[in-house]
Amino acid sequence: MSGGRHYLPLTDAERQEMLAAIGADSVEQLYDELPPAIRLKDGLKLPPPLSEMEALAHLSELAVKNRHLREYPCYLGAGVYDHFIPSVVQYLTGRSEFSTAYTPYQAEISQGLLQSIFEYQTLICRLTGMEAANASLYDGATSLAEAAVASCGATRRRKVLVSRAVNPYYRQVLQSYLQAREFQLEELPLLKGETDYARLEMMLDDETAALLLQQPNFFGLLEEMEGVAEVAHRHGALLVLSVDPISLALCRTPAEYDADIVTGEGQALGNPPSFGGPLLGFFAARQKLLRRIPGRIVGETRDNQGRRGFVLTLQTREQHIRRERATSNICSNQALNALAAAVYLAALGPAGLREVAGLCLQKAAYAREKITALDGFEQAFPGVHFKEFAVRLPGTGERLNRHLLEHKIIGGLDLQPYYPELGPAMLFCVTETKSRAQIDALVRALEGWS
Amino acid sequence: MRKEQALLFELGAPGRRGCSLPQPDLPVKPLDELLPPERQRKSALKLPEVSEGELVRHYTALSTRNYGVDSGFYPLGSCTMKYNPKVNEEAARQPGFAFLHPCQPAESVQGALELFYRTESYLKEITGMDRVTFQPAAGAHGELTGMMLIRAYHSSRNDQRKIVLAPDSSHGTNPASAAMTGYKIKELPSDERGLVDLKALRELLNEEVAALMLTNPNTLGLFEEDILEIAALVHDVGGLLYYDGANLNAIMGHARPGDMGFDVVHLNLHKTFATPHGGGGPGSGPVGVKEHLAPFLPVPLVEKGESGYYWKDDLPLSIGKIHGFYGNFGVVVKAYIYLVMMGAAGLRQAAADAVLNANYLMERLKRSYTLPYDRRCKHEFVLSAREQKKKGVSAGDIAKALLDYGFHPPTVYFPLIVEEALMVEPTETESKKTLDRFAEALEEIARLVEEDPEHVTTAPHTTPVGRLDEVRAARKPRVCWEGDEKSD
Repeated sequence: MSGGRHYLPLTDAERQEMLAAIGADSVEQLYDELPPAIRLKDGLKLPPPLSEMEALAHLSELAVKNRHLREYPCYLGAGVYDHFIPSVVQYLTGRSEFSTAYTPYQAEISQGLLQSIFEYQTLICRLTGMEAANASLYDGATSLAEAAVASCGATRRRKVLVSRAVNPYYRQVLQSYLQAREFQLEELPLLKGETDYARLEMMLDDETAALLLQQPNFFGLLEEMEGVAEVAHRHGALLVLSVDPISLALCRTPAEYDADIVTGEGQALGNPPSFGGPLLGFFAARQKLLRRIPGRIVGETRDNQGRRGFVLTLQTREQHIRRERATSNICSNQALNALAAAVYLAALGPAGLREVAGLCLQKAAYAREKITALDGFEQAFPGVHFKEFAVRLPGTGERLNRHLLEHKIIGGLDLQPYYPELGPAMLFCVTETKSRAQIDALVRALEGWS
Repeated sequence: MRKEQALLFELGAPGRRGCSLPQPDLPVKPLDELLPPERQRKSALKLPEVSEGELVRHYTALSTRNYGVDSGFYPLGSCTMKYNPKVNEEAARQPGFAFLHPCQPAESVQGALELFYRTESYLKEITGMDRVTFQPAAGAHGELTGMMLIRAYHSSRNDQRKIVLAPDSSHGTNPASAAMTGYKIKELPSDERGLVDLKALRELLNEEVAALMLTNPNTLGLFEEDILEIAALVHDVGGLLYYDGANLNAIMGHARPGDMGFDVVHLNLHKTFATPHGGGGPGSGPVGVKEHLAPFLPVPLVEKGESGYYWKDDLPLSIGKIHGFYGNFGVVVKAYIYLVMMGAAGLRQAAADAVLNANYLMERLKRSYTLPYDRRCKHEFVLSAREQKKKGVSAGDIAKALLDYGFHPPTVYFPLIVEEALMVEPTETESKKTLDRFAEALEEIARLVEEDPEHVTTAPHTTPVGRLDEVRAARKPRVCWEGDEKSD
């Protein structure tokens, strides 16, 4: 028997009736124009189909082979974060009027999504201090790459300067995107875990489209960025900041650093880590760059009776209208993840988000103090930390993580593959989801290890 | 008259909150000590302040102003809006999948790696390709990846090609993706059959051509029956053939792009493999390649070794990374359980039913609307409202009129080569009764065009809002709420 019959409503009798209506004898005849050489004679070679019950059991068998974050406390960050998600987020984003809809092309029956995206755009603007935001991009890495491409378009320049303190995964994606366009990518070096701004003036020139920085940077450090925008702007370059949205409850906003474009990973706002996807790339910019923004944008308007309503707007930037001259090729985005972010931000409110950020700050500081007090574990960099910090280790990170796994702990990120110059080092992330008891258990597991 | 739905920012009251958080369980330091005042946020954080109940009512009200596949028929051409099985959601929500960090050691995520590996096996068999990457987060992202692979392939042979061909009926993402990889686009005309014009193809092909991007069946829903000849022509000049998988639903289990001569394929798991589209995403756009392009795939790939599954990073010719991590894993889980439940015969039946449904509707509707390419279609077909247009009613008006019948309209004004296009894709998950009701609605609208065209041009009449002013939205863009609009 073929699988998935409960998804296929046509009965054999109906199939016969419909074939008769179109003047065909068999379903096979509907494929008559396919060259015989490419028609599959024996069908696909796939395992026999499973019923719903068997399939769920099979998926559960795969799932239990994984050690997940609700089972083992996890100290990984590096762009994907373990934050608490209130129940309302899953409950509301699970409503199928949202989740089973396509992109809201037909505005009159898509006001729910369109308004929620408009609210999301507004929330992103309020967090970052920017004036315009889009409906989402794939993830923090691609939104930074899109910002670089948009900067080259806006300035008509072909070079991008990125700090080595920017997430190495992001820099890899940036490299792929820019190389394809034959745009140049140069790296601003590190000094004690922060961008070496003394080199900035020397490396910026009249071909530089943008300066790409991360705040807090990859090592969790809040960089001293006072005056950086002014230097970039003096050379005609845009300042692009990739930020952690949770940090913005307490930390100076990108607007307050005079950034032109703000990108980042929004997964932390109400989306589970999900093994790195789906994530949520957010993208916000100054008003003057509105028409350079890639992807969907929702705008407010009125209906024929004067009532407020929302539509996809500025679509002449997009691929379905502009084709090869579009600002980006993006079509599907991460709409449902953006909805989750909006519900999350509204559920937390200003006080809740400040509490989450405060708990991250306090708990990460507590863990950092305890860990770096251990023999052989040294704080890698001085400076102001948010929820992540780098530690020099007495042995390799890979080995340490194996040791921690035996203690039912998922350790931090082994930094050696990305920053070999640091020697054995690990990036720890501590959020509000870690209790003091768990942090103490981590410290005990580290104690005496070498 | 229905009321406007208040914005989040118009709800709530200062001090109200929608969630509780724990008190610190460790000694708290003064904020200024951890975060010097000059690094602190200066501007007020203006987020909504609502109770949990208020929040739920707000989004529930919004959901009633929205239409999904669960609400009704959604024959949006080229989008394959089939029913999304609920078991997919349950499977993906398990903490053993949803709460995995992408940087965990491989030995702690063996089930996730195995799931990638198994899904890759399914997709290789379905497409006839040799390797698959899951990094692309959507179809267009897959196209971009595919074009980067093609570029890397030619570069590795010291062959700098500049041109990519795409049919005039192609999806807008095709030329946009090729442009993002630095290629010049040349448009390939369609012939009177609605298929690739072979004569024009021969004229456009030369050793500057890096690739031809093709959808098969194409966006008119017609199978490119000359595909073997097309493939030979492209390969003869050293070019590669790219398969836009948006329309794979028509041929699953009946034919494979790999056997047709395609070198690179992207799939849309959110179309063909029944994962929900989420109101615009997340999707998933895996890319499959033949052996000769495999060395260029993004890193990392999943491999199976003696001691389990592992990430292979060592691909010296790789184009690098195109997603921060491994793509939309959560979507891949949903597609995998769908594949496991459908099996070979189920997928083949699904494709056949999709094609049967489309032909049945086409046969009926061509009596009321113009069918510019009257051939057997595959999973979708394109009507033209050019006769209705003569009466002052456009394809867009007809789409709006359909809203009053409780249906999502077809795709309109695409493909660009059909004037007043209405592109209908019913999918296999609709019953004959639904198709009949939809056809009746379109027939009634066609009658109304004759008898009362104004009723159609002023539609919709029953939706939460009436026709929206798109020109106004674009002329003075308001994309962020700053308080009540000043009168203008």
